[in-house]
Amino acid sequence: MQKLLLLGDEAIAQGAIDVGVSGIYAYPGTPSTEITEYVQKSKEAKEKNIRSEWSANEKTAMESAIGMSYAGKRAMVCMKHVGLNVAADGFINSAITGANGGLVIVAADDPSMHSSQNEQDSRFYGKFAMIPILEPANQQEAYDMVSYGFEYSEKMKIPVLMRITTRLAHSRSGVERKKSIKQNAVNLPENLKQYILLPAIARKQYKVLLNNQEKFIEESENSNFNNYYDNENKKLGIITCGIAYNYLAENFEDQKIPYPVLSIRQYPAPIKQIEKIYDECDEILVLEEGAPVIEELLKGLLNKGKTIKGRLDGTIPRDGELNPKIVADALGIIYDETENIPGIVAGRPPSFCPGCSHIDSYKALNEALRDYSKGRVFADIGCYTLGALEPFNAINSCVDMGASITMAIGASEAGLVPAIAVIGDSTFTHSGMTGLLDAVNNNSSITVLIMDNSTTGMTGGQKSSALGKIEQICIGLGVEKEHLHVLKPLKKYHEENANIIKSELKYNGVSVIIPRRECVQTLNKRMRKKLKVQVTENVLKQI
Amino acid sequence: MKKDIILAGVGGQGILSIAATIGTAAVNSNLFLKQAEVHGMSQRGGDVQSHLRLSSKKIFSDLIPQSKADLIISVEPMEALRYLPMLSPDGWVITNINAFDNIANYPDIDKVLDKIKSLPKHIAIDADKIAKDIGSPRSANIVVLGAATPFLDLDYSSLEDALKSIFGNKGNKVIRANLDALKAGKEFAENNLY
Ligand SMILES: Cc1ncc(C[n+]2csc(CCOP(=O)(O)OP(=O)(O)O)c2C)c(N)n1
Repeated sequence: MQKLLLLGDEAIAQGAIDVGVSGIYAYPGTPSTEITEYVQKSKEAKEKNIRSEWSANEKTAMESAIGMSYAGKRAMVCMKHVGLNVAADGFINSAITGANGGLVIVAADDPSMHSSQNEQDSRFYGKFAMIPILEPANQQEAYDMVSYGFEYSEKMKIPVLMRITTRLAHSRSGVERKKSIKQNAVNLPENLKQYILLPAIARKQYKVLLNNQEKFIEESENSNFNNYYDNENKKLGIITCGIAYNYLAENFEDQKIPYPVLSIRQYPAPIKQIEKIYDECDEILVLEEGAPVIEELLKGLLNKGKTIKGRLDGTIPRDGELNPKIVADALGIIYDETENIPGIVAGRPPSFCPGCSHIDSYKALNEALRDYSKGRVFADIGCYTLGALEPFNAINSCVDMGASITMAIGASEAGLVPAIAVIGDSTFTHSGMTGLLDAVNNNSSITVLIMDNSTTGMTGGQKSSALGKIEQICIGLGVEKEHLHVLKPLKKYHEENANIIKSELKYNGVSVIIPRRECVQTLNKRMRKKLKVQVTENVLKQI
Repeated sequence: MKKDIILAGVGGQGILSIAATIGTAAVNSNLFLKQAEVHGMSQRGGDVQSHLRLSSKKIFSDLIPQSKADLIISVEPMEALRYLPMLSPDGWVITNINAFDNIANYPDIDKVLDKIKSLPKHIAIDADKIAKDIGSPRSANIVVLGAATPFLDLDYSSLEDALKSIFGNKGNKVIRANLDALKAGKEFAENNLY
């Protein structure tokens, strides 16, 4: 079969299509977004009727997938690492209910925080939930592991976590497809009480999970995704996790790696192989993309055994993603000297696109706040977070999705009145609505700006769940009509917009202001498409 | 055969089209390929790069090791300099000379170009002007790719074929413009090799 040139994300998506998945549930988030986008664009997926529309957030995605699994079909949930925090309640408890139809959760971690607010390692979550974890080392393996993961999930009746990181997610390579299989039919769990986590049932179910732990370890020890390479030089044994193996192999190109190597891509960790490498080698070096998960397990609290090198002893930097050079340094391999980055090179951080509506919204907000002391704007996550940069300096926080409104509530109750919340349209329906309900119920003195560019901008313009619904939601939650305004963020309305914001800042209650103008990126895309359709229509007319 | 290439530019300048063209040509030439891209936040006007690795043998790392890149291909001059630590001591820099100035502290462009011209192996090309001259101002990125073709160790025709398949659904006019851009870039490079 001809190889497809796929991103790691796309390989996972193609794997899901081919292995009879009936539904992909996801909320966008770098570096996971392209999994769902690939399925949405796939003709095959359409023909097979695989559902793949965006969910409002990761929790709703996770729970919908649990429902599909309950009904006997294969479901996949995709999210970025911090999305798993949002989905965590359903995720952890799905390990107790167990799976019926195969259930695979893909969490895409972002070490080095290329597009994230932290670099948490999702393997902790897998361990926390006590479920198997798969961590592919390359695009082909990402494809293959999807089918393995679903079979595992159905065989052991357990959700399976697949953990990837940015470099695999966003790197392209050749992938060979396997034969595609049919979807499951609807088929309810044998025990219709399995999913009722009343304490009496949950206790039983939890025992099942605990009893399965040994089997999971056995599966890992016998897995083709955990490989032991025995080599001569036992002064050092190297344990690699996921893509870390690639950086090791890169440094030995045509030569054999002299040391024994254990390459782990399936968890719980394969204890037999770890014991072997530990017993046979004088020292151990652990190479992990992310947190020192295996390293910490090996060291234990007291660290009284052999020398374990890795992120904890400084052999590898404690934070940030790995690369070939970091691994070379750890092994004493020396690279050619090269030029440093010349001093004249300036940093080029991301910035607002020219013409972005957020620019005009922030200018109006800054104007309205001119007579107040600084430090009262609680923002959220999205393109509008770039309001933190010069020349705007317009915001004072960005913590987690939805935290703008709720932080403003707390700050206003501490006496910071007025407090302002700035939140995007997609973020608002992701997790701002419940906070707004709190504000209304508390009658908090806050002014909420819902920056409506009618898309999920930061992640590349996915459809926003909020589209066309924001005013109704606000009114439904109890925001007073007189204190709900829609503005057009354009230069020519600057004065008018600033004045509306200014007068609402004086109101002792909840105000919502919605600056609304379409994202210039999606507008451009739409115009180009329209143009193309028009051109085709004109051509057709001429024929 | 083994080529490690850093592609550099600013979000929205079209380096992913360059990557896709070389990638398609490489795969059709039965080479192994890995191509690490930047998606997400940096695409909003920030610096972006792609690590493109071609080889007749299996490739392990998605990232090019520091000091091992054979080529830096950049659609923006300051961005070319940002990746000098990646360049091998005998690697080439092929770069557009037109600044993309979207930051307050963009350095003096003459100093940037002087630095580029001080590199032992470089091609500095006015891709914007060449693209305009041949009537396809939006193909400056492909002009830069054209200037890199003498260094790629790929059949020129395989790159032409790749452009045809990548821009296939955009119509003959777009394909023609890109093929012209590729050729103009190649000719410039061949006349300016030293
Ligand atoms: C829990 C969580 N899920 C997903 C993301 C990724 N993410 C960051 S910003 C954003 C989009 C925000 O869209 P919107 O609120 O409409 O603002 P815009 O970018 O359009 O201005 C997403 C999905 C995240 N940071 N955290």
